Amino acid sequence: MYLSTVRPGASVEGAPARRFVTGNVLALGLVSLVTDISAEMVTAVLPAYLVLGLHLSIAQYGVVDGLYTGATALTRLAGGYVADRFRLRKLVAGLGYGLSAVAKLGLLAAGAAPGAIGAVIAVDRTGKGLRTAPRDALITLSSPADGLGRAFGVHRTLDSLGAFAGPLVALAVLALAGSGQSYDAVFVASFCAAVLGVLLLVLFVRDRRDELPPVRASLPRAFGLLRQARFRSLCVAAVLLGVTTVGDGFVYLILQRRDDLPIWTFPLLAVGANLAYLVLATPLGWLADRIGRWPVVLGGYGALLAVYLLLASGHGPLPLILGLYGLFYAATDGVLMALAGPLLPAELRTSGFALVQSGQALAYLVSSVLFGLAWQNWGVPVACLVAAGAVAVALPVSGLLLKGRTP
Amino acid sequence: MKWRILVALTATVVLAGAALGYVWFTRPAPATAATVSLAGPGLLVRSADGVLAVVGPDGSRRASALHCARVYAAHGTGVCLREDLGSYTVTILDADLSVTRSLPLNGLPNRARVSGSGRMASWTTFVTGDSYNGGQFATRSGILDTVTGTLAGNLENFTVGGAKPNLDANFWGITFAADDNTFYATMSTDGHRYLMKGDFAARAMQRVKENVECPSLSPDGTRVAYKRMLPDRTWRLTVLDLASLAETPLAETRSVDDQAAWLDASTVGYGVDKGVWSVPADGSGAPRLVAADAGSPAAL
Repeated sequence: MYLSTVRPGASVEGAPARRFVTGNVLALGLVSLVTDISAEMVTAVLPAYLVLGLHLSIAQYGVVDGLYTGATALTRLAGGYVADRFRLRKLVAGLGYGLSAVAKLGLLAAGAAPGAIGAVIAVDRTGKGLRTAPRDALITLSSPADGLGRAFGVHRTLDSLGAFAGPLVALAVLALAGSGQSYDAVFVASFCAAVLGVLLLVLFVRDRRDELPPVRASLPRAFGLLRQARFRSLCVAAVLLGVTTVGDGFVYLILQRRDDLPIWTFPLLAVGANLAYLVLATPLGWLADRIGRWPVVLGGYGALLAVYLLLASGHGPLPLILGLYGLFYAATDGVLMALAGPLLPAELRTSGFALVQSGQALAYLVSSVLFGLAWQNWGVPVACLVAAGAVAVALPVSGLLLKGRTP
Repeated sequence: MKWRILVALTATVVLAGAALGYVWFTRPAPATAATVSLAGPGLLVRSADGVLAVVGPDGSRRASALHCARVYAAHGTGVCLREDLGSYTVTILDADLSVTRSLPLNGLPNRARVSGSGRMASWTTFVTGDSYNGGQFATRSGILDTVTGTLAGNLENFTVGGAKPNLDANFWGITFAADDNTFYATMSTDGHRYLMKGDFAARAMQRVKENVECPSLSPDGTRVAYKRMLPDRTWRLTVLDLASLAETPLAETRSVDDQAAWLDASTVGYGVDKGVWSVPADGSGAPRLVAADAGSPAAL
């Protein structure tokens, strides 16, 4: 994100200040909306496809799931570098969107070979990582300095809208295909949406090759941030909490198995959790402003703890568990970034965020692999109890690490 | 700008059409009625491509339009585990192969059985993994009383020796006795595999003997044909006398991973090497090919 950049005297072609956001930002938002529908419809069925459809072992699924999130950490840094180095931002972003589109067909071609699936997922995530930085740079360069917040607000809203619609579209495709296991139909529909996203980018997004503001994020300088004790402990806390968070796919697979849900309803689990998240995010934000952020975060991890314990017990109504899961995300999402913000000098904020996010993503990779192994070898109840124990330990430790750093 | 919008709209329509077209035209066609009958006599088999066929006593083979991943039939009732419109279902068939009942099924179809009277139907699926030989698999087995409609979707909810089964217990390969209440099945727990004797009405099971898998009760109810795991983790087709617990290895020496079916009171049929074979149940004789390109046998 380039929210913090300031561009004094920026003249934005074809974008008078009167407009709410520029056409370029709107176009990028539409591209993200369509692309997120494409991505999330695959995300919504991927656990069911891999475990129930292809019969990958749960440990193999853990590796793929970890890769799905972990791979972005590294490619995101690469994307930023490439976009800055070559300044062909539209081209790099387009390549990123294109790679992810091709990967959707790759899923069809990979069949049941775990190695090929891993490679396709890596390509998909490389595309995701590659496009993020140049896209954000384009948004920054297409908006007047005082309209940046608005521009990113509109873009992220369209983005989230797509993410919410994705599982619903997947559900519709499965219903239309008359089967809960027509994963190929979901992949083809996702591919079509992704192609539309690339096309919208090519047609409506104007490239901007001007320089970004002078002080740019650089990796060595970002790592230099780690010498700062407060930021370092925040990163450690982020990794610690990341390791205790098992992937959504695991949670949904456990619930599907527990209640013996028909496979076609699988995307509904993501819809349910998303819905709880959307409904709760605003009131919780309001609450955090009133009573402070830390109690809300504590409450969020408390909800996660409750989810793990309910999953371990094999009891608890489904809506309650999904609601608690959505509550966890609503209470904790973006909080670490908000905590990190004030610790970072303005010119290094982006790099600092990237560092925290990379740490989280790598922690997530580790947690997925470990949880998959724990589930496979010890069964669901024990694995969930271990995860609950990890939360119970990590929470106070992170609390100590972050103590006094909560605004 | 105008042409761009036009291109975008056209592309949206074309891509949406392509997606919808793919979704629509790859819809699995619903199974249609067939010209074969479960009334018998003959041998019901599943061809390698999944088509259900009946081999007549004269050796003629008639294929149906019905696809099943696993099939069994007795006394005019069939149970077909099939990919029905894409998702797996248990379908109960009447003698004309019309579907009388359909239940959703999660997992890979693996075993199916109907009691001799045609009343009780059972099935086993792999919920995790797809082989009994690996260390990691989980199965789920269910029983349906087609007369009362009583369904026991998961044998893990039955008691074992009066208590809840162990958490790691898996059940598979159900076979029914003539009273339509007593059944036998396999239970694995803690690395051991047991022959279980069950009581459907009481939702209860008892251990009978260790290392007996995929039992198949003889028509007279006195013997069980099963696969016995050897130290090298291959299986030997064997018959167990339930009264004396004496075991008789059959003449088939290939490893058979199947739930055998009694073709008559003294012959056992099974699928191996992409064909249905038979072997005498007393350990004598030699295996004989009954039907090529076939599996999942059931004597009608």
